[in-house]
Amino acid sequence: MTNPIRLPRWSPYVVGAGIGVLSWVTFYFMNKALGTSTSFVGASGALLCTVACEHVEQNAYFAKTLGAKGGGFKPVFDWQMALVFTMALGAFISAWFGRTFKVERVPTLWQSRFGPSVAKRYAAAFVGGVILIFGARMADGCTSGHGISGGLQLAVSSWTFFVAMFATGILTALVLYGRGPKEVTRVQ
Amino acid sequence: MFSNFFADPKTLALGAVTGLVFGFLLQKGGVTRYNVIVNQFLFCDFTVLKTMLTAIVVGAIGVYAMLALGMIEGLHVKTAALMMNALGGAIFGVGMVLLGYCPGTAVAAAGQGSRDALVGIAGGLVGAVAYAEAYPWIGKHIEPIANYGKITFPGVAHVTPWVFIVPLAVGAAALFFWLERREHTAPRPA
Repeated sequence: MTNPIRLPRWSPYVVGAGIGVLSWVTFYFMNKALGTSTSFVGASGALLCTVACEHVEQNAYFAKTLGAKGGGFKPVFDWQMALVFTMALGAFISAWFGRTFKVERVPTLWQSRFGPSVAKRYAAAFVGGVILIFGARMADGCTSGHGISGGLQLAVSSWTFFVAMFATGILTALVLYGRGPKEVTRVQ
Repeated sequence: MFSNFFADPKTLALGAVTGLVFGFLLQKGGVTRYNVIVNQFLFCDFTVLKTMLTAIVVGAIGVYAMLALGMIEGLHVKTAALMMNALGGAIFGVGMVLLGYCPGTAVAAAGQGSRDALVGIAGGLVGAVAYAEAYPWIGKHIEPIANYGKITFPGVAHVTPWVFIVPLAVGAAALFFWLERREHTAPRPA
């Protein structure tokens, strides 16, 4: 039997169950729920603070998200931001041992539709990223904070997010790629 | 902001271990790949839905069992400001397909070598600032619409959470069974 860490892919059910159990661990040992997108607020606030800190302090949203109760700021590099940084490392370890690490600028599915231009792909990725986090902050969570953590807590907010996200995601995918058979990605 | 930039070492260590496992699992699951995520929204690959639904069902069983046994301090439910959740979710869906990753999987994808995900993260930082700038208006005009506080379905219905968890688990299992049968009998797209 192959060492599981050497496998390029695991069953989505095994991975999903693993993430579910990871949620038990964060609730039980850390009194936390998995989430990632709040860290984008902390990171952008800190970056902006290096040039215009007063502006950050006076902004209602940065104050609400990053501010401490007694005034001043909570630590920006907190539990979740540590999590976000090591997520990249965890993925690297998985990819390295599974031999799926690959420097890729233009995904094959994108290339099959929009060509090999790196500039074009990066432009779409950048704009997509802007829209993604704007939406996540408005909704107060993303696929992990709402989708997984909120979903498993049966939160009304999170299931509302989930339905809305899938609806416009499907529409956007239809606009970008149209109907018809797509490249199979199940085995890579 | 920079006078107390870092949380205490224990908090950071716990976050770091969690992130390591989370990123590892997402990459092994294949949901850090652009093709897998976009193909979910095209109904050509159900990996994302299988992973998320399994995580939700397994997570719900454990978290609500621990809550019933008094093992955890409480839940971390986000406020149901439904116009914000729906509108934000709708905007998020567009961004997720255009970028091809969500915030967490973009970070994990960066770790597997996907350079476009890094560009998406840079965009995300700009998006966070854009939202902060727009917040004074949004908070005043959109946030109060259909705002019910931190509510859950079992809380609203005044029933035990298992009324929702059991059908969710059974429904997910039935969906998975159907998907697997379909994937193993139907010819794969060329």
